[in-house]
Amino acid sequence: MALYSEKVMDHFRNPRNVGVIEDADGVGEVGNAKCGDIMKIYLKIENGIVEDVKFETFGCASAVASSSMATELIKGKPVSEALKLTNQAVAEALDGLPAYKMHCSVLAEEAIRNALEDYYKKHPEEKKD
Amino acid sequence: MFIYADNAATTKMSRAAIEAMTPYLTEVYGNPSSLYALGQRAKDGLEDARERIARLIGAEPREILFTSGGSEADNQAILSATAIGAKTGRRHIVSDTIEHHAVLHTLKKLEREGFEVTLVPVTPEGLVEPEAVEQAIRPDTCLVTVMTANNEIGTIQPVERIGEICRARGVLFHTDAVQAVGHLPLDVRKLNADMLSASAHKFHGPKGVGFLWARRGVALTSLIEGGAQERGKRAGTENVAGIVATAAALEEAVEGIDAVTKRLTPLRDRLIAGLSKIPHAALNGDPVRRAPSNVNFCFEGIEGEALLLLLDDRGIAASSGSACTSGSLDPSHVLLAIGRPHGVAHGSLRLSLGEDATEEQVDYMIRTVGEVVAYLRGFSPVWRDLVEGKAEFVL
Repeated sequence: MALYSEKVMDHFRNPRNVGVIEDADGVGEVGNAKCGDIMKIYLKIENGIVEDVKFETFGCASAVASSSMATELIKGKPVSEALKLTNQAVAEALDGLPAYKMHCSVLAEEAIRNALEDYYKKHPEEKKD
Repeated sequence: MFIYADNAATTKMSRAAIEAMTPYLTEVYGNPSSLYALGQRAKDGLEDARERIARLIGAEPREILFTSGGSEADNQAILSATAIGAKTGRRHIVSDTIEHHAVLHTLKKLEREGFEVTLVPVTPEGLVEPEAVEQAIRPDTCLVTVMTANNEIGTIQPVERIGEICRARGVLFHTDAVQAVGHLPLDVRKLNADMLSASAHKFHGPKGVGFLWARRGVALTSLIEGGAQERGKRAGTENVAGIVATAAALEEAVEGIDAVTKRLTPLRDRLIAGLSKIPHAALNGDPVRRAPSNVNFCFEGIEGEALLLLLDDRGIAASSGSACTSGSLDPSHVLLAIGRPHGVAHGSLRLSLGEDATEEQVDYMIRTVGEVVAYLRGFSPVWRDLVEGKAEFVL
């Protein structure tokens, strides 16, 4: 059996939504170079919808694939839905990750949550309970 | 193009080794402990291999003990020396920070059992300084263990000098020569060593075979009980075919050392020069005191596993000291020991050339590694921070 699923390798080889949004409404960064994974998520939000999302990642194949998949899962979705993204959903959408790589999917979930929190900080009027 | 550039991990078996072993799988399958002719023919093959291997490293046949590989040989050497030491209350061991885990983990185990271990630091080039070893030796030191050549960064250690010091101080000296046997000229008598570990699959022999050379007079402790094989020091029916193949592989390897070194050194240096042109990249290890096949670099701003997988897509099989390739959170202990920060150590690449490497392959590797590193940096937030001046370049 290969180390990673076909889907992980596909998202690693051809990552979706790679890049930067210069005038992002929310930016989230998690991880540290010491552990070997850093993810940065940029969000463009209009009318409560994630209109655009980009990512930059320093990390292994599963970190890149998790970032890519997480951005795909929230793109075009209402912010309320994006907030509910779990690492399990990211890992499942990738047809699974090796046990010791599950933290990559956790980082993806956290990066997106951080970016949304940053968005709310910049746009407190949007925050709903 | 497919380039196998991970010869420090394992090597392809040589034709000579395969041909030598085949009759012992098909016809001479007897147990060397059996008394009938078929068993004795296997025994003859085994003892012939032992003699040839001994001759190739300057040892006596009875000083060679076959094991399942380099790790077992390392374990047995260390546990034997410490058992000898414990008898006279000597419970201190000297080693260094860049040994293979087969050594370091065995030392950790001994620490839990009450032994004291001093790991001398290495220079930024990965060199173990003989003076540092000398200073670390205490009256209760029972063993010094320093590898002949490092498996990750290729640094060749001054083992002859270290052995000399140990001899003068009356301390047993073991060297893990897994990366050296069959690759560097080596004579156990000149090494001033008492024990030496080797692994067959690093010199085109089979996996699952290694040997421990222990100078006559060094009492070995058996790790595996259950039979009188290997003079009672290693139970279990001998891997006759594998051992015969090991002798054939080692003969060929030792015979070729001079020619291979002459051929590989300029190729290695060409690869090092080419990769050095990648911005913010640095060679790990000593540029001169270095195994002729070893190239190891750190590239700032990227992670090694991603680099390896993309190189694999482009036909290059290599390895990395990144945490992600080790299944742990920490990158290579060797890279940390030579002073690379965690973030930089994650972005390491080891290319270990085969004897048949060509200039064309080297140039392809230089070009491809450069492209993949640039691609990964293109979406690395670490690299962005470095380029935008938010973080400082280390390399």
